[in-house]
Amino acid sequence: MVTSESRTGGVVLSDLTKSYGEVQAVRGVTISIHPGETLALLGPNGAGKSTTIDMMLGLTRPDSGTVSLFGSSPAAAVQAGVVGGMLQTGSLLGYLSVRELVTMVASLYPHPLNVDEVLRLTGTTEIAERPTTKLSGGQTQRVRMAMALVADPELLVLDEPTAALDVEGRRDFWTAMRAVAARGKTVVFATHYLEEADAFADRIILMARGRIVADGPPTEIKARVGARTIRATLPGVDDTALSSLPGVMKADQRGDAFVLTCSDSASSDTALRALLLHYPQASDIEVRGAGLEEAFLDLTGDDGVESDEAPRP
Amino acid sequence: MKHLTYLRYELLRTIRNRRFLIFSLTFPLILYLTVAGAHKNLSLDGISFPLYYLSGMAAWGSMTAVVSSGARIAQERSVGWTRQLRITPLRTSDYFIAKILSGYLMALFSIVVLALAGSIIGVRLSAVQWLTMLGLLLVGLIPFAILGILVGHLVSVDTLGPVIGGGTSLMALLGGAYGPLATGGVFLAVVKYLPSYWLVQAGKSALGGGNAWPAQAWIVLAVWSIVSARVAARVYRRDTARVQ
Ligand SMILES: Nc1ncnc2c1ncn2[C@@H]1O[C@H](COP(=O)(O)OP(=O)(O)OP(=O)(O)O)[C@@H](O)[C@H]1O
Ligand SMILES: [Mg+2]
Repeated sequence: MVTSESRTGGVVLSDLTKSYGEVQAVRGVTISIHPGETLALLGPNGAGKSTTIDMMLGLTRPDSGTVSLFGSSPAAAVQAGVVGGMLQTGSLLGYLSVRELVTMVASLYPHPLNVDEVLRLTGTTEIAERPTTKLSGGQTQRVRMAMALVADPELLVLDEPTAALDVEGRRDFWTAMRAVAARGKTVVFATHYLEEADAFADRIILMARGRIVADGPPTEIKARVGARTIRATLPGVDDTALSSLPGVMKADQRGDAFVLTCSDSASSDTALRALLLHYPQASDIEVRGAGLEEAFLDLTGDDGVESDEAPRP
Repeated sequence: MKHLTYLRYELLRTIRNRRFLIFSLTFPLILYLTVAGAHKNLSLDGISFPLYYLSGMAAWGSMTAVVSSGARIAQERSVGWTRQLRITPLRTSDYFIAKILSGYLMALFSIVVLALAGSIIGVRLSAVQWLTMLGLLLVGLIPFAILGILVGHLVSVDTLGPVIGGGTSLMALLGGAYGPLATGGVFLAVVKYLPSYWLVQAGKSALGGGNAWPAQAWIVLAVWSIVSARVAARVYRRDTARVQ
């Protein structure tokens, strides 16, 4: 039996694997999360984030490996009401108003938050009396968020919580989440957005093709995937000279062109200014952020041969 | 049942679902008033026709109510609501109990309204007989409530309507809800193995004496209940092991 007091042990996923037929959705994921930690699972489509989350919540049985939530099984933790979550997909139950639905969910938990308070936090007070089936996509998402928050669990698991939310919705959401984290709750969320993970998480785990490819504080992860590249045609210049420009991490020659890699947007700005100052003849300049997917593929060193997907063109 | 607030909202949802009322009450009531109303003085299967038909329509309506209630699980599964519930402390057994109680609430409503219609048409029973009939109907509904949950795990939302409508109508027809199909012979012997036959007999059995449910009625109902519960449990386990 888990109680809200026995938070020792945190969340431990050991060597989880899960396949769906030929597709190896998760291949050996080990994560240990301290109580009170806020963790982002970052990765492109099909990385295995949802599968990992489903196994964490006991919705999906792993092929191998174990999950321990505060020292007990997911089923026992869920039963004790110490876990709450928002799944990636799912619509609301019909024939109820928003307030009724949130009240109904709250009643299932041992120590729920005040329903009115949660409606206010999630910006759903105005739609509280509306039938759950007559909401916009973003409003539905806000109600789903209210259902997760009202449980006030020790571990809150959110699978792409801000999908379908507008700018204001995202802001409201993260404000609410900060309050949750400030009260010492453990929060795990999946996202596609580095900025979101960076702004909110204490720690980011990067997943690609079912594996963890990086695990660390946001600054470290950002340095690895937030990289920008400057591409310029610049005949007759030495790459060592270019790599010594301020802000440049490395310079690669591609025929007459160069690709300069910078750690983030600030350093690419610096590098670009220096480049134009010292090499005004540079032409056909292109600055771009490496897409997450590209960054992941770099990190995994995956050439696509053993991949489940077709090789990229 | 640990979560009474949950149950209360489940009942509220059921009451708000108008489609429920149409199939479990409106259709049987219209049929009852027109058919039984036109043959008040007839007698059938050894009892007055209005009583026989009352029992038949109550069986059909209440059966539809409890089956539909369980079958709504199919809809909740298809939109991912059951997955959401599985990460709350609500126990699966409580989820099923709430579905069964919702179905019974609608069934009770349908039975009471039909009984009122019956007494208007001229069905005269003592209080004990009315209560016996109600009691037998409620017991006879048990296998149907479980079958509803089974249907909710086996049938896709697209085919739910035809399966419920067709299934309950066929059960009602064979059980003699619209009039006895046979009064003897092999056919009667066969339909006596259906739970719906005994449900329809609730009216006649309520008269007491030699009309009371025989041991066969109780055995048939028990066996149908146990077997459907076993199958439903197996399907449920298979369903949660597989990833949806
Ligand atoms: N039920 C399923 N049946 C078959 N394959 C599945 C199933 N669920 C997931 N997969 C596959 O497993 C892999 C990982 O999927 P998962 O949903 O965990 O990814 P994700 O990181 O959550 O992606 P997204 O960002 O798109 O939500 C994908 O290749 C996906 O196609
Ligand atoms: Mg996902």
